[in-house]
Amino acid sequence: MHALYEWVAGPLTWVAFAVFVIGLVFRLVQVLVMVRKTEPFIFTYMSWKFSLRSIGRWLVPFATLRWRTSPVMTVATFAFHLCLLVTPVFVLSHIVLWDEAWGVQWWALPDAVADVMTVVVIAGCLFFAGRRIVRREVRFLTDASDYFLLALTAAPFVTGFLAYHQVTQGAGMTIAHMISGQVLLAAIPFTRLRHMLLGWLTRAYMGSEFGGVRRARDY
Amino acid sequence: MEENQKPNHEKLDEGIDFGVSRLTPEKIEAAINAVFNRETGARFRAYVETCIHCGLCADACHFYLSRDKDPRFSPAGKVKQTVWPMLKAKGKVDAEMIRQAARIAHTECNLCKRCAIYCPFGIDIAYLMSMVRRVIHKLGATPLYLQDTAHSHAATMNQMWVKGDEWIDTLQWQEEEARAEFPSLRIPLEVEGADIMYSVIAPEPKFQAQLIYQMAAIMHTAGVRWTMPATMGWDNSDMAMFSGDNEIMGRIKRAHFDTAARLRVKRIVMGECGHAFRSVYDMGNRWLGWARPPIPIVHAIEFYYELLKSGRLRIARKYEKPVTLHDPCNVSRGAGLHEMARYVADQICEQVVEMHPNREYNYCCAAGGGVINCGPPFKNTRVLGNKIKAEQLFDAKSRGAQTMIAPCHNCHSGLHDIVHHYEVGLEIKFFGDIIYECMEKE
Repeated sequence: MHALYEWVAGPLTWVAFAVFVIGLVFRLVQVLVMVRKTEPFIFTYMSWKFSLRSIGRWLVPFATLRWRTSPVMTVATFAFHLCLLVTPVFVLSHIVLWDEAWGVQWWALPDAVADVMTVVVIAGCLFFAGRRIVRREVRFLTDASDYFLLALTAAPFVTGFLAYHQVTQGAGMTIAHMISGQVLLAAIPFTRLRHMLLGWLTRAYMGSEFGGVRRARDY
Repeated sequence: MEENQKPNHEKLDEGIDFGVSRLTPEKIEAAINAVFNRETGARFRAYVETCIHCGLCADACHFYLSRDKDPRFSPAGKVKQTVWPMLKAKGKVDAEMIRQAARIAHTECNLCKRCAIYCPFGIDIAYLMSMVRRVIHKLGATPLYLQDTAHSHAATMNQMWVKGDEWIDTLQWQEEEARAEFPSLRIPLEVEGADIMYSVIAPEPKFQAQLIYQMAAIMHTAGVRWTMPATMGWDNSDMAMFSGDNEIMGRIKRAHFDTAARLRVKRIVMGECGHAFRSVYDMGNRWLGWARPPIPIVHAIEFYYELLKSGRLRIARKYEKPVTLHDPCNVSRGAGLHEMARYVADQICEQVVEMHPNREYNYCCAAGGGVINCGPPFKNTRVLGNKIKAEQLFDAKSRGAQTMIAPCHNCHSGLHDIVHHYEVGLEIKFFGDIIYECMEKE
């Protein structure tokens, strides 16, 4: 068990981060090369000002028409994404690992707060899954891959929660937590989770079109 | 709900059905892959791969809202029924699928882009639908009436088979009519070096010649140095843009710009049309490689705004009935002219009652994007598919509106059908109608 732990915490972590980082860089380069090759006019219209105007608006809850007209979804998705991104970076037990490996430290979330944020992520996944079942317009668009992505996203948080609270004996849950986190990271560039990267680009392009050419709001 | 799933044997449209009857699996595969793999690029891929299937676009669509929120009419729902299977099967889809895709992309989406401002990622579903139309065009299965219009463009460089002499005759006829009211009025033809070339869409000379009369009266009264071409290139409309026939779209736009260049005018002013405007600032210019129109183009709304703001045109007595203003997608969400439109409306009308939603957020008329040009077989699709518009208009009426201004030909005709079908009881006018009626003459 200890050897397995060492292997997962060591080499496998390297692999996961490498796939995540290199994968996203590859995706970014791929899309930029493709724009240059097939649709270079896109660069003509891109504008920092209007890209940031659009992204900025959409990053603020209730600052766009769509956020205002779907308040429950707005609260859910902002809480979910915020906790999803912040918790893994600022949870104390992760920082300890960074410290042990590289001797770097930063501010940590109080454990109780991190605990609540973990629950928010899990609840968010359940909310999105429920929405896929209950709402007709979402159900129509849903296939197995959507539930798979939700499960993939929830897994590290569920296992992390269980490991922290020591629901099971031994290192099994911690190893499951690490593996599920690594799988999630590595999956991002290769699944629709890559909206983490592409979403900014499509938003920026639409913001540029609306601001520069159409002189209208896209929010 | 089931009415939408028409059985295979039922006729959809002569053009679609005949085109589909000649398809082979090889042709379908070749056309889909030609468009999706070679004509599209990063944008298309990013849109499809970024969509997280959240359904937030649904509430943007008038078809969805009007069809009891049937998810098949939601924007992403339309992508699911067209683009997804084509991509997943790498083009190996059957003819029936193409038939349904033609129905969805051509008659159940107006390319109004309201969903683009509902999508958190800014995914341009109208663009995806226009790529489906491009596939349908390559397969020769475009709806009959729309294809006829594209043929007219190709053969005559105008939308309505107007012949060269008919065009000039119509202008001279309107000039003669107008000279009874304004004795020195001219509709100047082929004046090189004029400030403005005025261009219209072909339905104006074909059956709405009074609109040309009105604009001539406005130009004359404001003392504008203007001209109209006596050659082809006078029609600024572009239905090939909506049939997926990009090659013809480009030819039409080139003829229009070339004509203005030949006449060495400073600017082109175009009548109250939405899609024609879209074709010069958004689609046709880009196909020809111009980031912006090569010659400045001014929509009638902006032109009226200039004339009223500068005092070149004065209003004798404001239009008395309360009006409501419909913001056409291609001039408001598409080109940001909604505040100018409000300035004009305030200048010429006693009272403006806003409809809600308005400006960029306004609901589509369900006629634009080539849908009304698909003709009688799909009239019910767009009228019954826009109940929400009728509700929006009833609300404006309940707050006093008696007249609706719709500064776009497609909107105008589509809203006329809606007002008639739902018995809304609103009069529909162009800005030009009211300006002509209310301006100081001579």
